[in-house]
Amino acid sequence: LPVKTEAIGKTYPPVVYAVGREKIKEYAAAVGETNPIHLDPEAARGAGHGDVVAPPMFAVVYSAPAMGPAIMDPEVGINLPTMVHGGQEFAWGRPVVAGDEITTTASVKEIYERDGRGFYVFETTSTNQDGETVCSGTWTNIVRGV
Amino acid sequence: MAGLEPGSAIPELRVTPDRFVTYRYAGASGDFNPIHIDEEFAKQVGLPGRILHGLWTMAQVARAQTEAAGGPERLKRLSVQFRGMGMLEQEITVSGTVREVRDGVVVVDTVAEQGGNQIIRNAEAELAVE
Repeated sequence: LPVKTEAIGKTYPPVVYAVGREKIKEYAAAVGETNPIHLDPEAARGAGHGDVVAPPMFAVVYSAPAMGPAIMDPEVGINLPTMVHGGQEFAWGRPVVAGDEITTTASVKEIYERDGRGFYVFETTSTNQDGETVCSGTWTNIVRGV
Repeated sequence: MAGLEPGSAIPELRVTPDRFVTYRYAGASGDFNPIHIDEEFAKQVGLPGRILHGLWTMAQVARAQTEAAGGPERLKRLSVQFRGMGMLEQEITVSGTVREVRDGVVVVDTVAEQGGNQIIRNAEAELAVE
């Protein structure tokens, strides 16, 4: 069965995420980040930031909610139980700090088939309250046996 | 930032995920896929047991870069491929080698290895330097 490709280019509604100090701390603890600029507002200000800084991979926290509807979209047609996360890319702009409001939009970049596997590539773009791009994500999901 | 010359290695990062890390990461990230937090479910779908979140392992790769570069704001780009699965309570080593330095950007080829398997491979990081 060939993969369905009509969803290529489709864009999903933006999702807004309010970045909190305690959430950054919780995330930092979960991934083993100990740099005080993630944990201590004074240390962060001392390093020239407005508040505690989100670790780069905190991008998952603010951008994944925008990905949900894309992955679940019947028009995309991913067979979820056989899906694996094949690859991930993030490119970062201005650092995200506590108090920021991040708006993320997800879209379908590519859908193709190779060696009996379906490749579903999504893009996310996240901007802060000042309209600056803070992160662009490329999410590659692979479905076996399409 | 000393030592980030073409061909040089970044300091290795070694981390052993404890048996509860997937619960903490599920809560922190919002990814409650049962293959990470439900031992029985994981076994039913043919896994040896609960496995690590790939994005947790990617966060370790990111941490190796930001520690080498001297701060989180220096990591400008990271792309990875996930392979196989990450296991709990087994040491992971993140290593990397500087491929090139151009226009204030250090490009690092990096991998995460566990028990002889590259669970993150073909990863590439870009670090901003002054």
